[in-house]
Amino acid sequence: MQKTKTYLGVEIKRPRTAFFELSSCEGCQLQILNKEASLLNFLDLLDIVNFREAMSNGSNDYEIAFVEGSVTRADEEERLLKIRRQAKTLVALGSCACFGGVNQLKNRFHDLEWVKKEVYGDHSIETQEVRPLSDFIAVDLSIYGCPIKKEEVEEIVTNLVLGKSIDHPRYPVCMECTANGNICLFNLGEPCLGPITRAGCDAWCPNNRMGCWGCRGPADEANLSQLQEIMDSHGIPRQAMLDRLECFGGFTSAIKKMDE
Amino acid sequence: MLFKVFPRNELETLYDVLAGHHLVGPQARGKDQADQEIFAFDYIHSFAELRLDFTSTVHSLKRFLLPPREILSSFNLDNSGWEKHIDLGIYKPHVFFGLHPCDINALNKLDKVLTGPVYPDPFYTGKRKNMFIVGVNCSPQPWCFCKSMGTDTVLSGFDMFLTDMGDKYFVEIQSATAYDILMKLPIAQPTEGDHRRFVELMDERNSKFTCQVDNSDLTKILDLEFQSPVWKEWGKKCMSCGTCASVCPTCYCYGVKEYVDLDLTTATKQRQLYSCNLIDFAMVSGGHNFRPDSSSRLKYRYYHKHRGFQEAYEEALCVGCGRCGQACLSGITVPDVIDSVRRQEVPK
Repeated sequence: MQKTKTYLGVEIKRPRTAFFELSSCEGCQLQILNKEASLLNFLDLLDIVNFREAMSNGSNDYEIAFVEGSVTRADEEERLLKIRRQAKTLVALGSCACFGGVNQLKNRFHDLEWVKKEVYGDHSIETQEVRPLSDFIAVDLSIYGCPIKKEEVEEIVTNLVLGKSIDHPRYPVCMECTANGNICLFNLGEPCLGPITRAGCDAWCPNNRMGCWGCRGPADEANLSQLQEIMDSHGIPRQAMLDRLECFGGFTSAIKKMDE
Repeated sequence: MLFKVFPRNELETLYDVLAGHHLVGPQARGKDQADQEIFAFDYIHSFAELRLDFTSTVHSLKRFLLPPREILSSFNLDNSGWEKHIDLGIYKPHVFFGLHPCDINALNKLDKVLTGPVYPDPFYTGKRKNMFIVGVNCSPQPWCFCKSMGTDTVLSGFDMFLTDMGDKYFVEIQSATAYDILMKLPIAQPTEGDHRRFVELMDERNSKFTCQVDNSDLTKILDLEFQSPVWKEWGKKCMSCGTCASVCPTCYCYGVKEYVDLDLTTATKQRQLYSCNLIDFAMVSGGHNFRPDSSSRLKYRYYHKHRGFQEAYEEALCVGCGRCGQACLSGITVPDVIDSVRRQEVPK
């Protein structure tokens, strides 16, 4: 495979890229390997040197690091710091890396020792409060979603390689949901976080008649208190909304603000 | 205008004559929580799917003329430069069967902006010139305020317009094509009785409008109330989600972005319909945002539709279809907002 590509006659270097995972299901990395129709073109943009889920013999000489997962152990923190020292660009890949993800649900409990006992019994294991990457290091770029949307990753990686600016949609999922001509799920009696969740997924869940769970975190303007009123007026219990808001960790600070 | 009548059971013949083309019309899409039918404009594949008795559709027919995303040009890139291709997509004439007066009036308003003499939009104009419209009279719904906007009847912008008179259809004919098509049906000259029946039906329809907006001196009132605290109150309710603009038949604002494909040898320039309620609508280079708060964005939406457009074209950029208010989860409706500006009080 060539080391370089050309774009309008200009030489483009394929960046040396590594993929890593901390505490996660590794599903986002699996997404990277999905979408076979364009997979070869995608792989051709990057010079992947380390990707445990896809290849053996990883190298630690890389410029871009994609890190999936959240930090739940001291050794993960250490590993993350090491990756940060090497990578010129560090990308938080997926909801766990960006917000803590489903893992951070355990932070709901005040007594983490009890949680550990409940899950692991007497088996000795180290586990601490779940935190996103940005709690430890500077993150250069976030790719949201649980899992990430490959189409969006393709666009982001193309812009990254070409040195173009990367803009996430600032508006909520409703914009994509209405563009797809969907009937609003509230009309069908389903709770949905679409009105406050950052778009970019093309309304993946609402397209399939599933209310949004907010995996991509808040849009730039997220009117939580008004959404609470909307849920109330549709007879949806507060707990149902809270369950969704807490599920991926993106709304943690927004919930605190709403409670104040 | 020419008027004719044809027997009710001949409607299917009219459909069959037109069905050779791409035909879009109202169809049922299920029921909401209150057990009311939900309707949408979509491609019709059999006469049984066509529901001319529909109340109104959740989305307007905008996506057939101004799709949420549209490729304006595509590029082949190589080392020496690029080759540009433009496809206006006008080789597929469309039939729109079953548009209410508000929706035809919406197209007439869009025409003023998008087919205008100075900067016609070839993508919109191409589609607009390649459509055949069969209008149909409606039964006013509780959220319809078209009568206040003067868009409850339509005088142009369609080919033929049907009114259901029970055993027959009363048809207004606006184009030669429509006349030629109707020649394939057993059409007849309306009788005196048909005339009277038509007028009676219109009177009955007029009596059914319950929702209204007081538009008198509205441009002046909006100017006077630019700093009104009511805008702040509406801003608190607004989700900044853009749903109102998405379902609106007359909102046409868009952004343009370029996308390079993964193989770096092809690219597209696409436009995406946008909404003035979205947080970065008025964000400019360098990051300054002229309308950072939802209240100012919501306010400017009303100023564009009911003041700016009114001053430029002597009509509002609103047909009173009420879709925005129906779709808004926060229940923000045009009649309520305009009423609150007049009375300086926001309903709880």
